[in-house]
Amino acid sequence: MNKTILAAIVAALSILAVGPATAEPARDAILADLLLQAKTADGGFGGFAAERGKGFFLASPASGKPDTPSCTTCHTPSPQNTGKTRAGKEIKPMAVSANPARFTDPAEVEKWFGRNCNSVLGRDCTAAEKGDFITFMASQ
Amino acid sequence: MRNLILAAALTLVAAPALAEGGYRMPPLQNAAVTKECGACHMAFQPQFLPQRSWQAIMGNLSNHFGENAALPEATRAEIEAYMVTNASDGLTWKSGFAAGIPADQIPLRITELPKWKREHREIGGAAFTSGKVKTPANCVSCHAAAASGFFEDD
Repeated sequence: MNKTILAAIVAALSILAVGPATAEPARDAILADLLLQAKTADGGFGGFAAERGKGFFLASPASGKPDTPSCTTCHTPSPQNTGKTRAGKEIKPMAVSANPARFTDPAEVEKWFGRNCNSVLGRDCTAAEKGDFITFMASQ
Repeated sequence: MRNLILAAALTLVAAPALAEGGYRMPPLQNAAVTKECGACHMAFQPQFLPQRSWQAIMGNLSNHFGENAALPEATRAEIEAYMVTNASDGLTWKSGFAAGIPADQIPLRITELPKWKREHREIGGAAFTSGKVKTPANCVSCHAAAASGFFEDD
């Protein structure tokens, strides 16, 4: 393809990328979908916040299963760190800067929130919680 | 004749290779098992447990040894089918690993099987909970090639 046309397309696409941008189209699409859900649940919802996501990640709710009282039980308190499952297997870092593939596959994102929210909190996470969490990890 | 050849072939692969201080399991051949089971722990070979165990485990993923390990139904069903087909008492390879367990018992942990305990009787309990190993379910911390099916003596 002609390089000038390619450059024009890239420029046009970057202008189109609006909303909660994390410089990764797949992740932005996941966040846009969560934002829609959050606004459906709460008409006054004002958008995701990394700071709320940080608090959520570092909290110890201990309202789920006894072996997993918090996110940090397996992920460690630093999103940059490699975590460890209870069975001894390594978990790649949650921080997007350390692991750029994080939060780019919608099915994986749903699967892991579905499992871990129930393991740690004893309930599903809300769309707002998921969006805050991803926004925080994308900023790390 | 064809059946005879098939039977002979099955007998050959059915002999648990215990020669030279090691235990050999056929390598996993299902991408969903390797990916999904292997996300949290070594993807254990189906030949370690009988069919009824895999059915019980795959039927209760919302409480999988203390964690929620739920999967989309299509993936869950595919994994259960593979594990049941290739179980210790399945159709493809009789490992005998879970032989002798009364039919009314449903073992859920490989590490509770009499054969597993016999094979590890010389290992002290502390060795299984040290920092590196963490849990006796962490086969690869001692058996480096366990994921590919070879459990060499340490």
